Amino acid sequence: MSAADPVGALAARHRWRWPEALPWLAAIAAFFLFPGYLALGAQILASILYGLSIDLALGYGGIVTLGQAAFFGTGAYTAGLLAAHGFGAPEPGLIAAGLAAAALGALSGLAVLRLSGLAQLMATLMVAAMLQSAADKASTITGGADGLQNMAVGKVLGLFAFGLYGRTAYLYALVVLFVCFLGMRALVHSPFGRSLVGMRENAARMTALGAPVFARRLIAYAIAAGMAGVSGALYAQSTGFVAPDSLGFDRSGNILVMLLLGGIGRLYGAFIGVPLFMVAQDRLSDLDPAYWYFWIGLGLVLMVRFARGGLLGLAARWPAGRMRRE
Amino acid sequence: MHQAVSAAISIGFFGLAYAMVLYLISVGLSVTLGLMGVVNLAHGAFAMFGGYAVTELMARAGLPFWAALTGGVVLVAAGGAVLERVLYRRLYGGDELDQVLLTIGLVFISLAAARFGFGTLDQVFHPPAALAGTITIAGRSFPTYRSFLILCGAGLVALLWLAVDRTRFGAMLRAAVDNPRMAEAVGIDTGRLFAISFALGSGLAALGGGLGAEILPISPAYPVQYLVDFLTVVAVGGAGSIRGPFLAALLLGISQTAFLYFWPAAGSFFIDALTLGLLMWRPRGLVPAA
Repeated sequence: MSAADPVGALAARHRWRWPEALPWLAAIAAFFLFPGYLALGAQILASILYGLSIDLALGYGGIVTLGQAAFFGTGAYTAGLLAAHGFGAPEPGLIAAGLAAAALGALSGLAVLRLSGLAQLMATLMVAAMLQSAADKASTITGGADGLQNMAVGKVLGLFAFGLYGRTAYLYALVVLFVCFLGMRALVHSPFGRSLVGMRENAARMTALGAPVFARRLIAYAIAAGMAGVSGALYAQSTGFVAPDSLGFDRSGNILVMLLLGGIGRLYGAFIGVPLFMVAQDRLSDLDPAYWYFWIGLGLVLMVRFARGGLLGLAARWPAGRMRRE
Repeated sequence: MHQAVSAAISIGFFGLAYAMVLYLISVGLSVTLGLMGVVNLAHGAFAMFGGYAVTELMARAGLPFWAALTGGVVLVAAGGAVLERVLYRRLYGGDELDQVLLTIGLVFISLAAARFGFGTLDQVFHPPAALAGTITIAGRSFPTYRSFLILCGAGLVALLWLAVDRTRFGAMLRAAVDNPRMAEAVGIDTGRLFAISFALGSGLAALGGGLGAEILPISPAYPVQYLVDFLTVVAVGGAGSIRGPFLAALLLGISQTAFLYFWPAAGSFFIDALTLGLLMWRPRGLVPAA
């Protein structure tokens, strides 16, 4: 598997390695070790999926987005509105949420992907901001700033109700995350995924090679939007509540920080950054939110100074490190 | 008819005052983006600390408004200069995601510092006695402080533009925005230029934050809450441009005031839609730099 055998080298990238089982083993262990924190755990798992959606759009697709909450919130409201109007079965709700968010991604992508750099970043932000205003003001449909409250979420597979302790929510989120992750892993290792990386590195050259840059980016953006939508639906279904802040700037910004903390464009960045960020936030905010902001802020500054490329980037610089950014 | 004129005048008046504050704060951001290529998401923090310095120096140290304002600008500009040396200069021409991460880190730290130092409530801002109350012009009364904001803002903008157009430093700045490597080749010390521009931009932000504390209330959430507005002004105006953001601030400030006047129920929906439309129409800004 050297330059002499490029096909073999590419195939080897796709092969599973044993460390890839670690996040899943950790998630299963956490289920038994921390029964009191499963509600938080379910949110962490849903956020990892949300982080993966940013990794696909930004890390692999090179699409500068600060408005991913548009899709997260669309998914959350889709699942929430369905549950509030008598369609409470979680699985169809999840699929509907993913499709609605993906459709919005394809539609807004038609505009956003024509831009680049700062203009693209601002355009993604504006799409999310418009939806947030709409959700905030259309209170007859969404409940406005008070949020959508009369959701009646059904049982998972018709058997397991979402309970107070979050056991169902946790396992449900874990299975959904695993399925979506398998899809994303296959996608980024596929020729389609390789061409996305090529476009990120040099769009002009990929155009010259005959790759349909715009169309492929649009597809990637829509898939990423769909994943964010599923993640939003997981949040809505497990908490039984949706508010306009699910479309807000914080929702877009924090997840980006979490992903960059773990390492972007490496597939596993979200699995490290999201739990680290959310557990630390949960613990430190208990003491005083000022502590939390101070320590996360200091951590970010030090990381840019000493550990560029996130924690996985740090690991990759050790000689044995194998999780290279692609 | 009479009512329509009335509405137009008050929209123009309040929109103009808001636009002045937006521009003073955002122009430094435009320079950092265009000149150093740094997406400084922490720019709002400089404005916030300007606001805190003004309100606190007036309330606790009993300084008069002018002295407090000057003090705030000097303090924040000095802080900006230090941060530029220690942190920002490593980011020039570097990875955008590193810039995002570092500057968001600074936002969080400033948020914690503001919470810790001044609590979570909005700062109370009293304009000086000479600028309190209202003045009457042609039978209409206007808040004195906002009228002062418009005049003072217009004066500062004129001064800034003159400085950029007519001084040696301004010429060096324009040269470096146009082509940094060429500027360096003809002997401009760009490192020093960057440091001075960064400090000036921070100082202007502090000035805008202090002057505008009545319109954009000072609280720990400030750097996050108004970040999008500042970024919008720069993106719509044209990053690196000095005049573009002014045009954008006028356009956005006045139209936002108008939308809120005529259709408060729609919130910020239309201003966001307008911004999106402007970005699609002119991706490099209304007045692209270079």
